Amino acid sequence: MIGIEWYLGVSAVLFIIGVIGVLTRGNAIIIFMCVELMLSAVNITLVAFSSFMGDVHGMILVFFVLCVAAAEACVGLAIIIAIFRNNITADINKINLLRW
Amino acid sequence: MAEYVWLIVLIPLIGFLINGIGGLSSEAYRKQKTLIGTIATISVFIPFLIALQIFFGMGADSEPYVARLFTWIEAGSFSSEVAYRVDQLSIIMALVVTGVGALIHLYSMGYMKDDEGYWKFFAYLNLFIFAMLNLVLGNNLILLFLGWEGVGVCSYLLIGYWYGDMAKSDAAKKAFVFNRVGDFAFLVAMFLVFRAVGSLDFDIILNNLSAFTPEITFWVAVLMFIGATGKSAQIPLFVWLPDAMAGPTPVSALIHAATMVTSGIYLISRFSSMYVLTPEAMLIVAIIGGLTAIVAATIAITQYDIKKVLAYSTVSQLGFMFLALGSGGFIAAMFHVVTHAFFKACLFLGSGSVIHAMHHVEHELEHEGKDVHFDPQDMRYMGGLKKYMPSTYWTFLLSTFAIAGIPVFSGFFSKDEILAFVFNAGMGEYSYIYFALWGMAVLTAFLTAYYMFRLTLTTFHGTFKLPSKVKGAEDSEKYLHESPSTMTIPLWILGGLAVIGGFMGVPDFFVTTFTSSDIKINWLHAWLDGVTSDSALVLSYGTKWILVAIAILIAVFATVLAYRNYDNDKGEASDAALEKRFGSLYQVWSDKYKIDEIYDASIIQPTFKLSDRVLAVFDMKIVDGFVNAVGGTVRFFGSLLRFVQTGVVQTYALVFIIGVILVLSLIIF
Amino acid sequence: MEILNDLLNYLPAAIVAVGGLVVMMMDGYKAKSRLIYQTTMFFLAGALVIATYDLLYQEVGTLFSDMAASGSTAAFGTFIVVFGTFFTVILTHDYLIGVKHNYPQVYPLLMFCTVGMIVLATANDLVTVFIGLETMSISLYALAGIIRDKQLGVESALKYFILGAFSTGFFLYGIALLYGATGSTNLSEIGAYTDGSMIYWGGVSMLLVAFFFKISAVPFHMWTPDVYTGSPTTITAYMSTASKTAAIVALVLILERALPYAADQITSTMAIIAIMTMVLGNTVAMVQDNVKRMLAYSSIAHVGYLLVGLAAGTDLGFTAVLYYLLAYSLMNIGAFGVVAYYEKNHDVHFNNIESYAGLGYKQPLMGILLSVFLLSLAGIPPLAGFIGKYLVFAAAVEAGLINLVIIGVLASAASAYFYLRVMVYLYFKESKEPVKLMKPLRVYSFSLVVLAVLTLYFGILPAGITELIASYFSGNGLAIVP
Repeated sequence: MIGIEWYLGVSAVLFIIGVIGVLTRGNAIIIFMCVELMLSAVNITLVAFSSFMGDVHGMILVFFVLCVAAAEACVGLAIIIAIFRNNITADINKINLLRW
Repeated sequence: MAEYVWLIVLIPLIGFLINGIGGLSSEAYRKQKTLIGTIATISVFIPFLIALQIFFGMGADSEPYVARLFTWIEAGSFSSEVAYRVDQLSIIMALVVTGVGALIHLYSMGYMKDDEGYWKFFAYLNLFIFAMLNLVLGNNLILLFLGWEGVGVCSYLLIGYWYGDMAKSDAAKKAFVFNRVGDFAFLVAMFLVFRAVGSLDFDIILNNLSAFTPEITFWVAVLMFIGATGKSAQIPLFVWLPDAMAGPTPVSALIHAATMVTSGIYLISRFSSMYVLTPEAMLIVAIIGGLTAIVAATIAITQYDIKKVLAYSTVSQLGFMFLALGSGGFIAAMFHVVTHAFFKACLFLGSGSVIHAMHHVEHELEHEGKDVHFDPQDMRYMGGLKKYMPSTYWTFLLSTFAIAGIPVFSGFFSKDEILAFVFNAGMGEYSYIYFALWGMAVLTAFLTAYYMFRLTLTTFHGTFKLPSKVKGAEDSEKYLHESPSTMTIPLWILGGLAVIGGFMGVPDFFVTTFTSSDIKINWLHAWLDGVTSDSALVLSYGTKWILVAIAILIAVFATVLAYRNYDNDKGEASDAALEKRFGSLYQVWSDKYKIDEIYDASIIQPTFKLSDRVLAVFDMKIVDGFVNAVGGTVRFFGSLLRFVQTGVVQTYALVFIIGVILVLSLIIF
Repeated sequence: MEILNDLLNYLPAAIVAVGGLVVMMMDGYKAKSRLIYQTTMFFLAGALVIATYDLLYQEVGTLFSDMAASGSTAAFGTFIVVFGTFFTVILTHDYLIGVKHNYPQVYPLLMFCTVGMIVLATANDLVTVFIGLETMSISLYALAGIIRDKQLGVESALKYFILGAFSTGFFLYGIALLYGATGSTNLSEIGAYTDGSMIYWGGVSMLLVAFFFKISAVPFHMWTPDVYTGSPTTITAYMSTASKTAAIVALVLILERALPYAADQITSTMAIIAIMTMVLGNTVAMVQDNVKRMLAYSSIAHVGYLLVGLAAGTDLGFTAVLYYLLAYSLMNIGAFGVVAYYEKNHDVHFNNIESYAGLGYKQPLMGILLSVFLLSLAGIPPLAGFIGKYLVFAAAVEAGLINLVIIGVLASAASAYFYLRVMVYLYFKESKEPVKLMKPLRVYSFSLVVLAVLTLYFGILPAGITELIASYFSGNGLAIVP
């Protein structure tokens, strides 16, 4: 039997990888994928807790998270396309008209 | 009758609304100047009548009456209501505010007749009266604070009334910053009080003074006093007041002499029972008051602008009042507030009348087609105005007698009582300091009489000097004229009050020494005894009489000296003296403060140098520099911080992560 | 039927949701923009009436098997959100026509966003909090970039989206950890937990982080100035008021119900965050020359004051916070409304403070309105902003947070500088080039006047509303709800 710590550990590592990705990658789409990775990492935590406690709430929440992630992807990709149209770039380091 | 106290506060507000809305919305209304002025004046005069009615319905032993209108803020354990308090102290203040206020409104109808923004001016004045009445009649610290802020706002509005862009923003900035410092201290004091007592009602606070620890009492007292130094122009926050003279003269008379600047004295008198618990705070009040009194008096001697002289004189007199407060003479301070309101308002209005006349001269000369320009507030162009403006002259002279402390005039009694209390405080703790302060106060009294007679004599006696001093102004004296009756009537009323006002507080010992009865002739003392915590006078009759004798001697000596130096009715000889005086002035024209040779009085020399070199530089360099430095530092950090905002999302995410670590460590550890 | 009864108690959200669907369909069938606007207003007016009724009469309870709350703070939050949306739609209609980008899609988005806010403000379960927060945020991302051919707008939408999604990750992680530690997502059940494990504290931190991000507290504020500057001005007004209100009402509920066990740690954290927020917001606002950006930093500063009230954590503190939200919504929508009015007569660069020179005399009413809102934001009595600050600071004093109050009062005193600076430009500077301002539409100026009058009213007579709010926390309100 694998203890819950392992699930939590994997999920935490994935989450941190996602965070580091957001901090370091330059392409807007990859950053967005890293965010999705963070959400999925949390899903692992939720499912793990849910299954170890024998409580169904956590699993239900995972469905909501998936829904929200899909909706977010929709809007997010639309915004990235709009940016691409205006700037001809998806490099977020070059998108800095608004500052100071 | 006291239940109608809310009307006193409401009517000026209605006046403000009528003139404000009328003036804003209708071009035609703005032209109805008589109507506007009448509405404004009446909406201050009626409250005066109501206050008078309430006053006559009260006795010295009447219980305080609190008119609770409605609950203003209510949130759980905290509540605050709009309630007005009628007691012996607040009704005196209300009478002064509305009475002197009504007279000044009447005066302004004449003074501001040709002004563009006539309606705006009167609307502001009424708003000021409304705020001031909230300050003095409010039953809790919040209402008092609202009034406190309100009078500040009105004061800024009116200071900037006649100004061009640059100077307006500068004067406003100065007044703004200095008052903010004071307001901040006051707010902290309020919070401390609330924390200790759980309420901001005067009754509850003053009945629960035992809830304060000695340290808290001390700090509340000191912080409140710092608040008062801002509003009442004391060291180190006094420098805004002389600048504030830029406003129209009635404003100077009403706000910067008679009412607003005395609100600090009212505040401390209101909390007198708290102040007597902390002698250290009292000492601080006394020292600051005494220092301010003498510093301002020495500066006043060097000024030529007649309003500046009066402004520094006001600062000096306010210092006197704080000295009285610090010495335990709360009633003496209030007494001086009242008499000062009479004579200083009269002096300011008189100076306004003079300035009005000088303006008229300038205007008429221009009409003749002559291109003549001079400063209508500079007393060096005046002289001999006595002949042309008899009403102004006589009332000005009476008020000068009063402020100089010549016997039987009002200032004599109030100033004498202050000196007695300072001396009396010397009998208790911190003896030497109080005696030193007494010495300074006597010196200040001397200087006061001296510079006031200098002002009066230079302005009104001798000959009119404009024609000889300004090219093209020959024969201009034919344009000098007395001001209209709307201006002279208030002058006479205030002048009369300045003469007789002192009889409300004739010291008891004037009679008891001779009759050995226990008769109480000091009406004001009996009236305010229940609401303030005056120290007891421990002086013997002999000492008291000696103090009175000293005060009289000082006043008379200063008067004679000033008369010898400044009265010009001695023909050619005094003209030559004048020329000599101005000759030396021309040499230091570029450095206008270097006029020490003019004043031959040997006592003045050392203090004058102090005021000229050190204090003027202190004011200009250090204080202004400090203000600019603080503002600059904040802006500097602002400009640094803004560059963290790089515009790159990843920086933002990085800061976010730093925040996450911060919150995690705060929560977990 | 319990579900029907619950739905009846949830009517404002239901009406707005249905309205959103209807106007979306209308847009799909190419209805005229004006008709869509009118339909939107119709639904919102209905929701506003019900929300007002609920505010006054709705009973305290829970709905949908404990997923949502009704009455007290929930009704209050719903009311402010619907109220804010109502005025936002009026202003947005005129603004979008003014800047010649009249996209009717803005109306359904605003409606859906509002539904999210209501769900958030009435949530009684972390799942509902999550759903509400995300519904709101996703709509806001789209709203920020609604003018899709303006580079600034789209850039602000992208920044908002990336950082928003990023914070969602943390929020979800917080929920997961709290769920793991306490075995429930229900607020009251979480509140019953009193056994501080590492997982619990981690969950609390993450949850707070997400809320700090949504209400733009320092150092999670970085998106705020950019997004507020780049978004359409009336949408900025909406973001800075309604979304913050919803998030803070939810936060109040969570703090009060779910996290009483962590109250001490939260107070010290909030206090430090509050200090940073007030200081940074006010100092950086001082050096801004773009009025919109200045208002963005000012809104950060105001969050600092709100955090002071939350840090107090007492009944009085929560009361003060809710009152502050009301006052803040009124004056901030108003201020942005006037800024939007000035802007729509010109291009976006018009928001520079220099170009405000002398405008106070051009259309006197608008000048006076902006002055009222700015003075209220500066906390000058007798306006609502003053009472708000006063209550917040009083609550903190009562809770013994004297240092916090001293910094707050100082910061607030300094803030007068940049608000008054705008007024100085409005009235005391001469305009360099001749500016012609169009007369505002009657409905536009009327709604701003309403906001100004309410700002004044709640400043002079706040007793009624503060009593109402205080009753939420006085024992028989939320505290004993199962």
